[in-house]
Amino acid sequence: MKAIACVKQVPDSAATVSVQNGRVTWGDAPLVLNPWDEYAVEIALQQTEAHGGDVTALTLGKEDEKEALKTAIAMGCKEAVRVSDPALGATDSQATAQILAAAIRKLGGADLITFGMQAIDNNSGVTAVQTARLLGIPVLTLVSKVVSLDLTTNTIVVERAIEDGKQVVQASLPVVLTFVKEVAEPRYPSFIGIRKAAKAEVKNLSLAELGISQPQSFVRWAEITNPPQKQIVTEIISGGSPEEIAENLADKIMAEKVL
Amino acid sequence: MTNKIWVYLDQFKGKVSPASWEAIGAATQLSKEFGGGITALVFGKGVEEIAQEAITFGATEVLLAEDDTLNDFRPEPYSSLLAKLAAEQQPEVILLPDTTRGRDLAAMVSIDLKTGVIPDVIALEVSAGEITATRAVYSGKLISKVKCTARPYIITLRLRTFGKPESDDGRKGVITRVNIAVAEENIPSKVKEYIRGEGSVSLTEANVIVAGGRGMVNRPTLTPPAEIRGDKEVDKWRTQQGFKLISELAETLGGAAGASRAVVDPGYVAYEHQIGQTGKVVSPNLYIACGISGAIQHLAGMRSSKVIVAINRDANAPIFQSARFGVVGDLFDILPPLNAAMRKRLGK
Repeated sequence: MKAIACVKQVPDSAATVSVQNGRVTWGDAPLVLNPWDEYAVEIALQQTEAHGGDVTALTLGKEDEKEALKTAIAMGCKEAVRVSDPALGATDSQATAQILAAAIRKLGGADLITFGMQAIDNNSGVTAVQTARLLGIPVLTLVSKVVSLDLTTNTIVVERAIEDGKQVVQASLPVVLTFVKEVAEPRYPSFIGIRKAAKAEVKNLSLAELGISQPQSFVRWAEITNPPQKQIVTEIISGGSPEEIAENLADKIMAEKVL
Repeated sequence: MTNKIWVYLDQFKGKVSPASWEAIGAATQLSKEFGGGITALVFGKGVEEIAQEAITFGATEVLLAEDDTLNDFRPEPYSSLLAKLAAEQQPEVILLPDTTRGRDLAAMVSIDLKTGVIPDVIALEVSAGEITATRAVYSGKLISKVKCTARPYIITLRLRTFGKPESDDGRKGVITRVNIAVAEENIPSKVKEYIRGEGSVSLTEANVIVAGGRGMVNRPTLTPPAEIRGDKEVDKWRTQQGFKLISELAETLGGAAGASRAVVDPGYVAYEHQIGQTGKVVSPNLYIACGISGAIQHLAGMRSSKVIVAINRDANAPIFQSARFGVVGDLFDILPPLNAAMRKRLGK
């Protein structure tokens, strides 16, 4: 079987991100594979290990973006593909989905197309669903467990994590999946994997090679700012005993009138 | 004349997500600028009551679709139906609550309608018929203001951010039944089963959250029974004792129990309780963080809570900087009397 893991490069989750002179900066924090995408890579690898085949990591990014793809290769993806085009400006999720869908078609499609549930930079969590819709294939988001995948009947059964519990859903292949954390523990890149990744060639695809022109973006960031500084004065509640502290704290909580 | 502002009402097994009413509240604000009334959309099976309730919250019209194919939410048939109705009636705005279903539907229908989608919005402004939506990005580290050039606007609203309107039985509205857009054989997925979660209150909808972290593990004086052996098993057992105290206080306060990644990753507390960058993002009125140091990834999940209380043995824990009230102490000492004190005040 064939799997494509769609990944994104983002500043590390521990980075201090701020806006300076109208630009987003994260100092010298490293750029990494979006943490949610580790699950997308992991499940694509697990399923191809179980059913045969291999995984291509696909990203949309600038020509020098390589950290996310390197990690994906080091984890075990066979190929890394980057859609990159000097003509490409900022894209909204819909335009990103258009490009990814064209790239997936160009790569000959896949049985399994995996995404993280969202990227930790723009926190949109919609690209996977949009890509699936453009490809005309089913999408199962927030998968917490892959129950079964059957290539003879072309069906997959998964558990999805929703507000009120778990839902068991069956869909036909090819399918787009996104994941929550409990689906698996993403593997650490192996030593051999890291060496392989250091030498791996990233295949670049331009929009012309995908046979598309720049898709239209409808949504744009009109303004980006640091959050307003909340003036928080922390009041330390004290007392002679835990009971006294608890009584004092209970009074404070009641006075806030939030219950 | 058709209404310019539409609201999708999210429901699960016939029970409406409270955030749907918040969306009607936000729509009411928008309709002051856009004019006209509010059209609510209710899709499902056995959901007519929700349509009637929507009118009491301010919908002037309800488009109601009831069918076996809509019994369980699946994005494909829901999106095709919503897209068909929107293509016919051309609304300016479609608001959805940012539940798991609302997010999937918004994403898919944006493709069907060839427009943009703005998810997880925390504020809306309107000027000259143009909406500017505010979103938290980089896990809440930054705020972005977003515009969209295509119509309709597809916007999902963060839960517990827009006020719930008062319901009024005197309000009038029209319920119109509409037909489905896709037959069962053309839907590529089937829902086979539903397994209920353990908590009775959903974290994202909770008014109060009591959450525990590594401090639950760190209680050397708590001695496990003899059959619990090995460091990891002992840590797990101690965490469970702490989480029991967390859950008890949450129940007293009518809230939900949460946890930080530090106790979820080793498998001591179920993932469904995790709050933070790789868990749930919540904004309750009251958040009581117990034995949670306040790593930036945890703050990403709860910093928009209205009142934060921190209980931690370490007076230098960063969580205190975000807290309105702090107690420097051990959660195992503080929570039992705090639970008793709250029960007394709440008459329980």
